[in-house]
Amino acid sequence: MDNVKAIVEALIFVSDLPVSIDKIKEVLGEEVDKKEIAEVLATIKQEYEVRRGGVFLKEIAGGYQFRTGEDVAPWIKKMKAIKPLTLSPAAMETLAVVVYRQPIMKSDIEQVRGVDVSGVLRGLLEKNLVRMVGRKDVPGRPIIYGTTRKFLEVFNLRDLTDLPSLKEIEE
Amino acid sequence: MAYEIKLDIFEGPLDLLLYLIKKNEIDIYDIPIALITEQYLEHVEIMKSLNLDLAGEYLVLAATLLHIKSKMLLPVPEDEESDDDEDPREMLVRQLLEYQAFKEAALNLDKMSVLGRDVFSRGYSPKEEEGEEEIPIREVGIFELVEAFRNAVSEAGNEELMEIDAEKISLSETINQIMDELNTKKMLSFTDLLGGLESKTRIIYTFLAILELMKMRVIRAYQAVSYGPIRICLAVGE
Repeated sequence: MDNVKAIVEALIFVSDLPVSIDKIKEVLGEEVDKKEIAEVLATIKQEYEVRRGGVFLKEIAGGYQFRTGEDVAPWIKKMKAIKPLTLSPAAMETLAVVVYRQPIMKSDIEQVRGVDVSGVLRGLLEKNLVRMVGRKDVPGRPIIYGTTRKFLEVFNLRDLTDLPSLKEIEE
Repeated sequence: MAYEIKLDIFEGPLDLLLYLIKKNEIDIYDIPIALITEQYLEHVEIMKSLNLDLAGEYLVLAATLLHIKSKMLLPVPEDEESDDDEDPREMLVRQLLEYQAFKEAALNLDKMSVLGRDVFSRGYSPKEEEGEEEIPIREVGIFELVEAFRNAVSEAGNEELMEIDAEKISLSETINQIMDELNTKKMLSFTDLLGGLESKTRIIYTFLAILELMKMRVIRAYQAVSYGPIRICLAVGE
């Protein structure tokens, strides 16, 4: 296969969601190994960066996706009249606690924020930024929460380690 | 007329406390409990009088503050070798620092390149993002508004006017007045609106009208510098 690069680029281009290396491998079959795919992806990424156009190849939520550069945002909004996802400060705070402390129980989030978080938490669940990841093995078996893949997609992150670290708190 | 504002526009008692600490330029490790408690209770009272649905958590923290205050008033026996000679404020300070760290983290999250706001991808469908309308409070926080309201109330003076007949004010009428003013003047300061008013009822109605208009996204409130004058203008030009 001599046009691997072109195929990979096209596969990502037509996808609505980030495409993982595994998925690309599945499509390309036995002939191409993951190492080669990773190399090709790196080359494409590099090419777009050098080109400095309106679109870049980004690593998002464990996959690859084309995303626009930040400086063109105003024009895109003008054309598509998109109303972005807006989160209230309370929701952002709650999300931040879940992000850095996951898996976490609701009561622990409330401990940090000092207020009841039922409403905001429900909102985050509805927006699919947070999900229930299981139950804690303590009496009452409370639900524990974590962030979703969608969270990584929305916040332009490759994975959770991509996040800035929380300012250290002295214990 | 009952007018309720949902509580989720508040970030909670810890946020109020942090706000007061910042406003007074206080060292978080050495909080003057008496001063802070007094100001905290004052704000809680205002929120109560505004009929904001005050959550129990605000009162819990108020109780904690009073408890710490009373503890600090008690003399510490010098001869006793005790384990609990720690500063009664320590627990609270730790909680405040932790909260502050997450508040910062939240701001940092907001600075990321958010999909649909800063960056875009194929197939990004805005439809699924259409959540419930959020109240625009980014420009000026509720505490700043409450603070400005407090100033207006205290400037109204204690001159008790003789009551002849209860003043009949309606919220919609007040809203219309504000809109009329904004249509001619384009931009008004918060004090322009509240300053000239003499009765507390009128101030409260004007304040409620501003909140209602902000909620409906008809007007926006801006502030050039922290604690500076709050300016109000129409959300849409023309």
